[in-house]
Amino acid sequence: MRIVVLVKQVPDTADVRRLDVNNGLLDRDAGEPIVDEINERALEVALRYKDEHKAAEVVVLSMGPENAIKSIRKALSMGADSGVHVVDESLAGADALLTSLAISRALEQTRFDLVIAGNESTDGNGGIVPAMLSERLGVPLLGFLANVEITEAQVSGERQGDDGTVNVHAGLPAIMTVTERFDYARFPNFKGIMTAKRKPVETVTLAELGLDAAEVSSLDRTEVISTAERPARAAGTKIEDDGNAAATLVEFLATNRLV
Amino acid sequence: MAHILVLAEISRHGHVADSARGLLALASRLGDPIAVVATREPLADDLIARLGSLGATQVYQAQSEQADTALVAPQVEALAAAVATLNPAAVLLSHSFDGREAAARLAVRTGSGVLVDAIDVRTEDGRIIASGSVYGGNYLVDSTTTGMPIITVRPGAIDESAPAASAQVISETVTVDAAKAGMIDSYNDAPEVSVRPELLGAKKVVSGGRGFGSKENFAMVEELADALGAAVGASRAAVDAGYSPQTTQVGQTGVSVSPDLYIALGISGAIQHRAGMQTAKTIVAINKDADAPIFDVADFGIVGDVFTIVPQLIETIKSRSA
Ligand SMILES: Cc1cc2nc3c(=O)[nH]c(=O)nc-3n(C[C@H](O)[C@H](O)[C@H](O)COP(=O)(O)OP(=O)(O)OC[C@H]3O[C@@H](n4cnc5c(N)ncnc54)[C@H](O)[C@@H]3O)c2cc1C
Ligand SMILES: Nc1ncnc2c1ncn2[C@@H]1O[C@H](COP(=O)(O)O)[C@@H](O)[C@H]1O
Repeated sequence: MRIVVLVKQVPDTADVRRLDVNNGLLDRDAGEPIVDEINERALEVALRYKDEHKAAEVVVLSMGPENAIKSIRKALSMGADSGVHVVDESLAGADALLTSLAISRALEQTRFDLVIAGNESTDGNGGIVPAMLSERLGVPLLGFLANVEITEAQVSGERQGDDGTVNVHAGLPAIMTVTERFDYARFPNFKGIMTAKRKPVETVTLAELGLDAAEVSSLDRTEVISTAERPARAAGTKIEDDGNAAATLVEFLATNRLV
Repeated sequence: MAHILVLAEISRHGHVADSARGLLALASRLGDPIAVVATREPLADDLIARLGSLGATQVYQAQSEQADTALVAPQVEALAAAVATLNPAAVLLSHSFDGREAAARLAVRTGSGVLVDAIDVRTEDGRIIASGSVYGGNYLVDSTTTGMPIITVRPGAIDESAPAASAQVISETVTVDAAKAGMIDSYNDAPEVSVRPELLGAKKVVSGGRGFGSKENFAMVEELADALGAAVGASRAAVDAGYSPQTTQVGQTGVSVSPDLYIALGISGAIQHRAGMQTAKTIVAINKDADAPIFDVADFGIVGDVFTIVPQLIETIKSRSA
């Protein structure tokens, strides 16, 4: 079984993240670049399968700037076997349509039985790249899973829905995405950190994926027209409870017609 | 007038999803709203009437044998067929689980850009523009696409309704390649929710955090919510601890709400929690730690113990309305 985990490097959600109001692009200096937490959970699913099935191979694939190698190494130190880094200048600021085109080509070259991705990334909240991959590659997608069972032939689990959950399955090869219902990931141990440095990481450019600039620029694109920063909220009244705080709060709510 | 397609999701119990109202309202602003539905049996008259009352001038019903068994693929086929026939200026879907997967797959079919999680749309100089609230509402970003836009709209973001229409039905048959789709085996219905308002789009929200310490204690959050006629929310720590269902998580990776009133109880106010609630009109926080970051965004903060104050609040509010 060959499992490819899609890992996106994103600015840490614990830091203040900024957009450049002139071009709407991410200010890369605001927010430490890290592996998106949901992708660590995705990797954990693959690693647990590998714990049980020693012959399984876990590949991490990331498309991102040069420094995304840091996230690939982190995943390798947690236990993945090898990495693929899709990196190319013309992918800077790529939207989902282009991202999915590049990743789908890389997945075709890397080959897979199962692809595990996050349900959505914290820097875009799109949750659309995995479904685009499923359409491009012609393989089924089980998205927004709360749990999963992986066998040699198929993947099945409970998918989140708007009014309850749905039990779903798909034959392999397939793509699945995990939600926060999956466990937090393991931490890298010392041995993992040492061996990660020697594990193979393949770097691929657009040309190596068989994509040329003309094909890339012929795609429809999303464009940011304007970016406005919302004024920061100011703190209001703060009182210590002296026994009357509840009554004071209800008065405040009543004055503001909120009760 | 330009055709604007809306994916109307139909629940497995045969109800038109709540998202249809807002989507059709936006569509009627941009052009002529057409509801697209994937269905196994022809739609019942009352469903067609319902879609008309929400503003659909036409209902494009794509019948598929697999409509109840294949995951999202029937909706994609329905939309792709409708796009090919009707040549719309835009396609609108809910930013729901099914909606965004359908949007993504359709985008690959039509080669279109997707504008995600819009809270508003408009036409300007002949272009369709979507507004999004990004990074926890810190930025308002307007974007567009070079071709026909596919837009997913944040659930609960749209208050308005379109003028009612009487919908004409267009019927088509579509086929789904089952080998390329996930398959549905069965459903686990959510426990029937009470009369409590839905979190998405709620005017008032009362949220509880890890400060409650147990599921039993968390019931106090629900009691205050009921006294105020509010929806119940929770922090991720409260969800992780099992105090409240996952669907109630507010924040970065939960839902984003913009109610008139947001009350945070025993919630520290981590940046990822604030990302989902800081656009509320009025924020109230109760926390025993005077330095909790939630107070930085609160219009009214009480430094105190939720176990003392919340029961008093419930009582005072109940006696007012009695
Ligand atoms: C990628 C990512 C995404 C995330 N997404 C979300 C998200 O969507 N939503 C979210 O909420 N979090 C999210 N988080 C988690 C977030 O960082 C915090 O861990 C979480 O919000 C903390 O929840 P809490 O405030 O309930 O718990 P804590 O931080 O433990 O705070 C509990 C608070 O209760 C107070 N308290 C305790 N007892 C009492 C009492 N008796 N009376 C009054 N006050 C009391 C304490 O002073 C404390 O401030 C995310 C984190 C990451 C990394
Ligand atoms: N640039 C990328 N490199 C690797 N994986 C990605 C990339 N973009 C998206 N993904 C995967 O797709 C998931 C959903 O991303 P998104 O559609 O951007 O919200 C992420 O959690 C990743 O698993």
